[in-house]
Amino acid sequence: MSNIISYDERIKNFDWSISEKELDYQPGNVINIGWYCSDRICKLGKADKMALIWEGSQGQEKRYTYNELRLTSNGVGHFLRGLGIQPEDRVCLFMDKIPELYIGFLGVLKIGAIVQPLFSAFGDESLIVRLENAQTTAVITQRKHAPKLRKILDKMPYIKHIIIVDADPAKPLGDREVAFDMDHAFKPEDFEIHPTKAESPSVLHYTSGTTGQPKGVKHVHYSLISQYLTSKWVLDLLDTDIYWCTADPGWVTGTSYGIIGAFSNGVTQCVLDAGFSADNWYRFIEKHKITMWYSAPTAIRSLMKAGDEVIKKYDLSSLRHLASVGEPLNSEAVIWSEKVYGKAFLDTYWQTETGSIMITNFPGMKIKPGSMGKPFPGITATVIDADTFEPFDGPGKIGLIAIKPGWPSMMRTYWRNEETYNKKFKNGWYLPGDRSSIDNEGYFWFVGRDDDVINTGGHLVSPFEVESALLEHPAVAESAVVAKPDFVNMEVVKAFVTLKPGFVGSKDLDLEIMNFVRKKLSPLAMPQEIEFIDNLPKTRSGKIMRRILHAKEWGEEIGDTSTLEND
Amino acid sequence: MEDMKETVREYVVREYVEDDSEITFDTPLISGGIVDSFSMVSLKRFLENKYKISIPDDKATPEAFDSVNKICALVVEFTK
Repeated sequence: MSNIISYDERIKNFDWSISEKELDYQPGNVINIGWYCSDRICKLGKADKMALIWEGSQGQEKRYTYNELRLTSNGVGHFLRGLGIQPEDRVCLFMDKIPELYIGFLGVLKIGAIVQPLFSAFGDESLIVRLENAQTTAVITQRKHAPKLRKILDKMPYIKHIIIVDADPAKPLGDREVAFDMDHAFKPEDFEIHPTKAESPSVLHYTSGTTGQPKGVKHVHYSLISQYLTSKWVLDLLDTDIYWCTADPGWVTGTSYGIIGAFSNGVTQCVLDAGFSADNWYRFIEKHKITMWYSAPTAIRSLMKAGDEVIKKYDLSSLRHLASVGEPLNSEAVIWSEKVYGKAFLDTYWQTETGSIMITNFPGMKIKPGSMGKPFPGITATVIDADTFEPFDGPGKIGLIAIKPGWPSMMRTYWRNEETYNKKFKNGWYLPGDRSSIDNEGYFWFVGRDDDVINTGGHLVSPFEVESALLEHPAVAESAVVAKPDFVNMEVVKAFVTLKPGFVGSKDLDLEIMNFVRKKLSPLAMPQEIEFIDNLPKTRSGKIMRRILHAKEWGEEIGDTSTLEND
Repeated sequence: MEDMKETVREYVVREYVEDDSEITFDTPLISGGIVDSFSMVSLKRFLENKYKISIPDDKATPEAFDSVNKICALVVEFTK
């Protein structure tokens, strides 16, 4: 029997107070995610239960019980307060998937500061725009990533502290740097946790749009109510589970379900901080007897590519429940997973702004491979006409996914960008920017994005950001960036480039430009293919027509070209 | 072969290593998190340009790119 018991029964009588009651929370009370994920679990009698089992790329291992999670995150909070960090200051976590990232997350929340997680592969330009927008006060990082920060520190006067969790005592620290060894720092038994309330800000995740700079998605401590219950009912977390969420907490899945959902449910979770290889992943599942596995279509398709033979080398019989997030999970992957693991990966749909799972396949529900599933209880979701913003009156029509605002983990705004936030709502609906249809049984079927944002490996990349970075290369005159289909990552970045006089397209220039963007933005944003062309398609007013290039890549009809400059 | 290994090692250090970590010919690059799957594309492109070869996508696996030694073995395999 799964935690949700019956989807049909749950939707009849649902109220978010179900989650509030399970968490002993009453409206108006203090609610602090850091406390709920550590101190509360200890109070429930699970202080000695294993909370986090971490394995590094060289096979090294670290383990933390819930009591150690509580004490070590207390130590983080104590240290940050000592530096003068105030409630609602932004503290960036810029680390690989090491224990300090998970524990630091809770420690920052415990003092009422706002966690700003940033993907550790970000390049200097990506860092600058996000730290600048958030006016970040402190960055917690590793010494391997410190050089990137040193390079840009002069441009960021608001950063007061760079906290290095693994500083080399033999080497001097740089400007504004301070060493902090979480494991060996003072860990207060009694720590005064900041009395955050439901609407106190908690996490600031950055996400990309078609135009403009990345947007800081502001979440609040009340998001816990959604994250706890969706973890329990969709991921079906049980007290006995050994849970593995493969997402990096630099992105929202890694925090909502890799930290908050897991720890607030008091499960044991495993983290593998190593690059992908099918052998290593299966070895990890076998070694730790993983029972619940939450991963991404890109990883699943990479495992498909690695073949079925490698699976036979490992005992994966511990797996009891699998789920997927990031981009739509194709039906082939669902069917394949059922064949080789004996369990189908259940697709879950949500995004940074929603903070928790919105539309999903549930344990025990009839699965239609390739479908997104149905809305979580308490979530009113539909598909609306893109012109009238009214819901369709029958099934099967393709329109915009629309969700009625009001669930606990909904973003509260875009940081310092209320105007863009307001544009996300039409006719009383929140629009995630995706298109789908609904069938006659209420299942949602994903169609695609409603904008030019590229979803590569489950991460959104802004064509605008990549085009801007390309223009900074001395050889590039103009650029247009679109998604290109890819078996593993669903989409990858493709750039069309015109060159300045004196430059000639070549394989070496192609590689040079790829690396230029990779270092400036991130490996995700690096064009996987660059096509040098003489002219970009433009409207008569000079606007680049990305859709024509996109259609070419996807083998689609080009459509109306009446406004094309060279027509 | 030794020259090739040194050339590839130097390229990996220059392009993908952010700190002063030592990279040997056997250091795990992909499983060690030094080169991610997206960056592997640029590493493959470098090898193809430098050694005038074409590596089929199905041979450019994380396992085949996991160390300088393995990468050089792959380059040799596709060098006419």
